[in-house]
Amino acid sequence: MTQAAIRTDVPEQMITMTGVGKWYGAFQALHNVDITVNRGEKIVLCGPSGSGKSTLIRCINHLEAYQEGQIHVGGMLLGHQAKTIDAVRREVGMVFQQFNLFPHLTVLQNCMLAPVKALGLSKAEAEERARQLLERVKISEQAEKYPAQLSGGQQQRVAIARALCMRPQVMLFDEPTSALDPEMVKEVLDTMIALAEEGMTMICVTHEMGFARQVADRVIFMASGAIVEEAPPAEFFSNPQHERTRKFLGEILGRH
Amino acid sequence: MGRDEFLFLLIGLKWTVALSIVAFICGSIAGLAVALARTCGIAIIERVTAGYIAVFQGTPLLMQLFVVYYGLALIGIKMDAWAAVSVGLTLHASAYLGEIWRGSIEAVPRGQTEAAKALALRYVSRMKEVVLPQAIRISLPATIGFLVQLIKGTSLASIVGFTELTRAGNIISNQIFQPITVFGVVGILYFLMCCPLTIYGAHLERKFATEVR
Repeated sequence: MTQAAIRTDVPEQMITMTGVGKWYGAFQALHNVDITVNRGEKIVLCGPSGSGKSTLIRCINHLEAYQEGQIHVGGMLLGHQAKTIDAVRREVGMVFQQFNLFPHLTVLQNCMLAPVKALGLSKAEAEERARQLLERVKISEQAEKYPAQLSGGQQQRVAIARALCMRPQVMLFDEPTSALDPEMVKEVLDTMIALAEEGMTMICVTHEMGFARQVADRVIFMASGAIVEEAPPAEFFSNPQHERTRKFLGEILGRH
Repeated sequence: MGRDEFLFLLIGLKWTVALSIVAFICGSIAGLAVALARTCGIAIIERVTAGYIAVFQGTPLLMQLFVVYYGLALIGIKMDAWAAVSVGLTLHASAYLGEIWRGSIEAVPRGQTEAAKALALRYVSRMKEVVLPQAIRISLPATIGFLVQLIKGTSLASIVGFTELTRAGNIISNQIFQPITVFGVVGILYFLMCCPLTIYGAHLERKFATEVR
């Protein structure tokens, strides 16, 4: 089941952000962000709400425009022209907190739409790919249903399959389990863990510290729009360097 | 009221239907353009279309028809009554439908557009495959409601001398002096056009509702 979505024809440095700054009017949402993500790396991005984590990953596929610095994705400089933005978006899959499945399309149609319209696949090719990936997120028997007929966990797995149908080089997860009922969190995390084990490059914004421990190569902690600390999970959890990190970990781990 | 009089009313009815269909089809095409311009994200275009909508929503349809029919003639553009009321009703419909659909497009959750963007879908695909199919469902009650208004609005074409159903009724009534009977029949004919539309609209709403839920 590994060949379906992982590609090898890609540069070693998958994403580089150098000196990235972003403003909403006068409010600065990101301050001088530097990140390098190598192929196959799994990054967990955490921090208090409003710290800019979502804004940061939304800059990577240009759902948000950035005003300062540079972002390279898969060797391409992400500028502000439609052409390069589209090229980058074809390589970057994204999973949202609210799933954002298309409610008027069946699960299968959700997965087929972009490969047909954005990659130019034939319907037959797109359907084969979609069924293969729905199989992989263990939801193939729901292919003909509409999203509203599925549980939250199932919808999120469909959203993952839909993103994988583009055969992206990188997957971005924006709090993928935050909108789920507790009993559905595991099925989504298991899907993400399986994807990680197959070597997918991933950036996950999440508060699931168990997932971070198990899967992440690095944990990045953000506060007030800047990166505060960056470390492998073992070090990050046992020996946080900054006061803000310690405070955050105390709050988030104390809750569980 | 004899057979000949009734046939005359039916000829008027034919023009009312033709006028409604032309105004709705042309108005829909122009209205879609207005709705897309109104939501395009370019401030100047959005403001211009907002002004266009405000003008047509803020003035009576009758006045709009007068302006097109008499006003354009004054500046040398001569149109017959049929062309003039078609143009007038099309402009009127484009503004109202544009505003209805603008609201529906904006009522589609932003996450839908974001998901479509993240999947590298470009503007045309995003609109055609993702946003508009959902916006149409949202707009259905208002769109059908406006269509019914538009059918009844065609009766104003009688004032500029176009012989549609209302004017046909007026002519017959003046000939046979039975206004109650004649306008009763005219009213029933309007009702027979509008009521099935309302029922069909309700049916479509139910159909879409079960599809999505």
